Amino acid sequence: MATIYVDGKRYDVREGQDLLTTCLSLGFNIPYFCWHPALHSVGSCRLCAVKSFRDENDTRGHIIMSCMTPISEGLRISTNDPEVLEFRASVIEWLMINHPHDCPICDEGGECHLQDMTVMTGHTYRRYRYKKNTYINQDLGPLLNHEMNRCIQCYRCVRFYRDYAGGRDLNVYGVNQCLFYGRFESGTLESEFSGNLVEICPTGVFTDKSLKRHYTRKWDLQTAPSVCVHCGLGCNTIPGERYGSLRRIYNRYNGEVNGYFLCDRGRYGYEFVNDRSRPAGIVLKGPDGSHTHLPTVEAYDYLARLISESSGVIGVGSPRASLESNFVLRSLVGPENFSPGLGRKDLEIAAAIVDLLAHGPAHSASLHDVESSDAVVVLGEDVSNTAPRMALSIRQSLLRGTEKITALRGIPRWNDRHFRALAREARSPIFVATFMETRLDDVATMTFRGTPWDVARLGFAVAHEIDPTLPPVEGDPPEVTKLVSKVAEALLQAERPLVVSGSSSGSLDVVRSAARIAQALRGNGHECSIALVMPECNSFTAPILRGMALEEVVEAVVAGRAETVIVAENDLFRRMPSAAADELFQKARHVIVADHLSTECVQRANMVLPAATFAEAQGTLVSCEGRAQRFYRVMNPLAPIRETWRHFVEVMARMGRPDVFQWNEPDALLTRIAEEIPALSGVRNCAPPAHMRIEGQKVPRQAHRYSGRTAMSADREVHEPKPPDDPGSPLAYSMEGYPKIPPPSVIPRFWAPGWNSVQSLNKFQSEVGGSLVGGDPGTRLFEAPPVAGSRPEYEIPKPVELGDDEWIVVPVHHVFGSEELSVLSPGIRELTPEPYVGISPLSADSLGARAGSLVHLQMEQGALVLPVRLLASLPAKVVALPVGLPGLGWYELPTHCIVAPHARKESDQ
Amino acid sequence: MNDDERRPLTKNIRPGRELRTIDEYERTGGYQGLRKAIREMSPRQVVDEVTDAKLRGRGGAGFPTGIKWRSVPSGPEWPRTRYFIGDADEMEPGAFKDRMLLEGDPHQFIEGLIISSYATEVQVAYIFIRREYTRAAELLSRALQEAYDRNYAGRNILGSEYSLDVHLHISCGRYICGEATAMTSSLEGKRAIPLSRPPRESECGLWGMPTVVDNVETLCNVPHIVRNGAAWYRGLSLCADGGTKIYGVSGRVKRPGVWELPMGTPLREIIDEHAGGMAEGYRLRAVIPGGASTEFVPPEQLDVAMDFDSMAGVGSRLGTGTAIVLDDRTCPVGAVHNLIKFFARESCGWCTPCREGLAWLSQILADIEMGRGRDEDLDILASHTRLLWLGRTYCALAPGAMEPLKSALQMFGEDFKRHIRDGRCPWRS
Repeated sequence: MATIYVDGKRYDVREGQDLLTTCLSLGFNIPYFCWHPALHSVGSCRLCAVKSFRDENDTRGHIIMSCMTPISEGLRISTNDPEVLEFRASVIEWLMINHPHDCPICDEGGECHLQDMTVMTGHTYRRYRYKKNTYINQDLGPLLNHEMNRCIQCYRCVRFYRDYAGGRDLNVYGVNQCLFYGRFESGTLESEFSGNLVEICPTGVFTDKSLKRHYTRKWDLQTAPSVCVHCGLGCNTIPGERYGSLRRIYNRYNGEVNGYFLCDRGRYGYEFVNDRSRPAGIVLKGPDGSHTHLPTVEAYDYLARLISESSGVIGVGSPRASLESNFVLRSLVGPENFSPGLGRKDLEIAAAIVDLLAHGPAHSASLHDVESSDAVVVLGEDVSNTAPRMALSIRQSLLRGTEKITALRGIPRWNDRHFRALAREARSPIFVATFMETRLDDVATMTFRGTPWDVARLGFAVAHEIDPTLPPVEGDPPEVTKLVSKVAEALLQAERPLVVSGSSSGSLDVVRSAARIAQALRGNGHECSIALVMPECNSFTAPILRGMALEEVVEAVVAGRAETVIVAENDLFRRMPSAAADELFQKARHVIVADHLSTECVQRANMVLPAATFAEAQGTLVSCEGRAQRFYRVMNPLAPIRETWRHFVEVMARMGRPDVFQWNEPDALLTRIAEEIPALSGVRNCAPPAHMRIEGQKVPRQAHRYSGRTAMSADREVHEPKPPDDPGSPLAYSMEGYPKIPPPSVIPRFWAPGWNSVQSLNKFQSEVGGSLVGGDPGTRLFEAPPVAGSRPEYEIPKPVELGDDEWIVVPVHHVFGSEELSVLSPGIRELTPEPYVGISPLSADSLGARAGSLVHLQMEQGALVLPVRLLASLPAKVVALPVGLPGLGWYELPTHCIVAPHARKESDQ
Repeated sequence: MNDDERRPLTKNIRPGRELRTIDEYERTGGYQGLRKAIREMSPRQVVDEVTDAKLRGRGGAGFPTGIKWRSVPSGPEWPRTRYFIGDADEMEPGAFKDRMLLEGDPHQFIEGLIISSYATEVQVAYIFIRREYTRAAELLSRALQEAYDRNYAGRNILGSEYSLDVHLHISCGRYICGEATAMTSSLEGKRAIPLSRPPRESECGLWGMPTVVDNVETLCNVPHIVRNGAAWYRGLSLCADGGTKIYGVSGRVKRPGVWELPMGTPLREIIDEHAGGMAEGYRLRAVIPGGASTEFVPPEQLDVAMDFDSMAGVGSRLGTGTAIVLDDRTCPVGAVHNLIKFFARESCGWCTPCREGLAWLSQILADIEMGRGRDEDLDILASHTRLLWLGRTYCALAPGAMEPLKSALQMFGEDFKRHIRDGRCPWRS
């Protein structure tokens, strides 16, 4: 601790930080541009000037930049000395020299850090009388607008994009007053984190292109705390709504999870909510193909009757539906008739993952833990594509190694340019073992390429190297043995090693081998964390709810044990071979589907219940860290759209269970869930109860400057409609309510007096860059036992043996395209590749195939003809098949196949 | 002391004379300093000798060279890899002394660089040369090869344990590269942007490693100090700082040029005796004594000794020691505009005050010079000399640019006002 004096008052503060961070944490309004809590200090903008005094007798003092000043004992500063105020106003005057006066039509207006800082410093009148510099803007692809004239040259974009996120195709060009921030030529930004530039840029240079198509000012957005539904990490988001459509997603800080950043899938994937083709009414389809719209009461009565009278009803839940929706469906049909909506193998892997995280071997890593790790081994999971935000955290972990030498040399972490200069000399090791190249390879110490079985063998070999009492892996080539000892050595030397794997490889062996490494480390008395990635926002609860695999559902229907199937937010055609799904639809008498997408399942269903999307729903999701998090309605759904679970509660109530009506209170439902499934008892505590009030008030979803409230529906109705009630949450559809900082899990937006931009977040944190006031949102459902758990027998897979014409098909995931919901956003769709098959150039040669030429892929599950994409990093005899792309069916991967050039018909040539 | 001994750096340089070969250099005692250092002295002894000689950096800042070398940290937590950079990025307006040393006697510089690298226990040295110095680069490249051929550089120099690789790097050409940390950034292939201190480049410089950066003229002194000793070197000077200084004069004088003179030679003597006084029909109005980023010295202060401390005493700086004389037939506003335009162009663009402020000042000065000035412009100019001062900007470039502007506003205030009042430049017909 050090004692410092700010404006004559004494403060005891932590050493090791820069003065700006400390002052902001103390609550002082010191303006800044180039500093960012995640990017630290570089001293370029010169706005955070304060005056420093030698001692109490020094009255003259001298100007220093607070961001570049270390906290030291006895530091004496003034934040409001007249000379300081004059200088800060001058900085704004300089920055305004070339800045357009387009605030009224600027996309950033109303949440612009430059506006805030201009007002804060008091610069008003323009003295500069010459022409402004102007720039040519670039087309940066479907996600971002580029308006270079607004640039104030703070360098934050390139520092985030290049230094933090590892991007290569954004840079600053030119010199002196002519600086251009952009690409070397127009083109889509390559990084899947480019959308963060929207929040990183302090003005309107980089703005959200999806927002621009349905633009709304920040103060006019109705917002609520939400959780991203586009992968399993559970990043916290703030969706914004106006006029019944979702306008954008902003990051909602959670110090343990996403911190300041989202991936582009999470930021731009929301537009499925606005999809006009999504189910809007309750539809009953007749055998003749007729569609009847049923009123809700009639529909629920019909369903209640149908279910009561059916001989055998099965409920199919979904890993992309909330815990509540899954649970109520499970209650409706009975646990013995419930399926969590996954195929046998997916369920088996998910069960293994949840079991590992719940019972050890190691601490389940939050993204913050991932970032804090000082050695990382990634097994079989292409994290950049399956859980992108985690890849960003892994990328930061390499700096832990840098910290070790910079600490010795007296370079604080906040001195970013000096710190990063030494990242070249020392960095924490990262090992990436996957089927093909990943976007983490550029920071990897070593990489390994092989089939899923090879990757698993590598994991088991590393575990044996760490703990020789574990079974060895026989017959590895010497280069693999060398890699194994490198990995083992790095993990043993680390203070906080981390093993990353997940389900996307489709291989239980891979997951087990990752667990085995953690077991070996813990067994040796080392610390270890483990991060096991699952693909969907609620994959984690599927094995906890238990139930049938989809194969068993089909078997039951085919065998006549069930005639009615109720599907909740699940497109079965994406989870099983289409032949099996077809069979289910043919054999089942009734298939009732509740969903918010117009999926193939919805098209084929006998009855469709329109479900609310995450933006219109309240519910709970459990991330693959094991963190339960609540999401709230951003907007009220248009009847008869409602949360899937509310549909089912209505049906249950009509089936002689009137007691379930109380489940319409989400807190009561969560209490019931906790009672019935003890493993999920933590879900009750992950957010405040609905009856929470602060100073007697709810938390308003609308900003106090929300405009047009009385006129919004005036084109239809002159009376101002009553705002919807929301008895189930502590949030209100109103501008009125508690105006200050609410509990962390119900923060609907970041705003503070004088801070209209996202930088107001500083005011919501107990310490800048730390946790939110009151703790970071979410409740971890499990903690690893303090002692290493048992070590079950795992079979080490043999190297795969292939016949002469046999190949292995491995799954490849695309950040844009492999996820069901986000691909409906036009911007994401534009970045989604067309179906292809990946082959290494050598293998392609052996087939006489070139890039783009068609090959025939014969799997046991079916045949495909696809164009070739050359993937140089694929091992021999391995082909890659993208998962989940529109137009490509479901195949259980990895699997064997036969690849042959596609024989074109004469007429094709 | 004979004439040659009084001017050790330039004794072999004659106007119009082509490059001396390594043989010629060796015949006049060349590489004897290196032999002595490597065979008879420990690195520490070389550092002590240079410290004792009171050699101060000739690049402009005047930092004592020996102290800089001593500040290179050693210890288990510091890397063994260290770098030395010979700064041949002479780009200060008015300065052309390093060019003469490089073109006239490249081996002297190379020998100095090698001895200095030995003294600081460096394994790799770079010569960072200004892009426009093509002739010097050519000559250096040849001289380096000769030095390698005779084992003055490379593996096991002169049979010792000491090895050094020397690389010649031709700059992409920015003034800011003359700033040591911008130079290391540039060498790393990054944008030439200075780095804040601390840590100093002697701790974390090129590629994060301890790095010493010394100017060409500074390094040229080192072989002579090692050969003849610190006491001899101090004896060359007229003041407390050791050695000679290459002084230069440009402007409307009879004989513009550079001369090696004792450190502390009065400015008046340099202009009147060595540069031959003002050209016919011109009167001296002021002198920028040490390159573009030093304050104007008025005629009544010309008796000041041209050394670091005396120049600071009259509110200016020795800088590079290459003076520009402003005469009475040149518009001082135009002259200052020319300087500020240069600095605005050469701003690296990193910090706001320098990037935006200098460009604005340049436009205002152009307006005043063209007769479009306004009264309030003088306030803007004056306030910027405070706002662009040390501590407010990231590095010393903009404060350096403010030195001539600040003194010009004081010294030629009436000329600025007259431009604005008359709506024209009195020097333009």
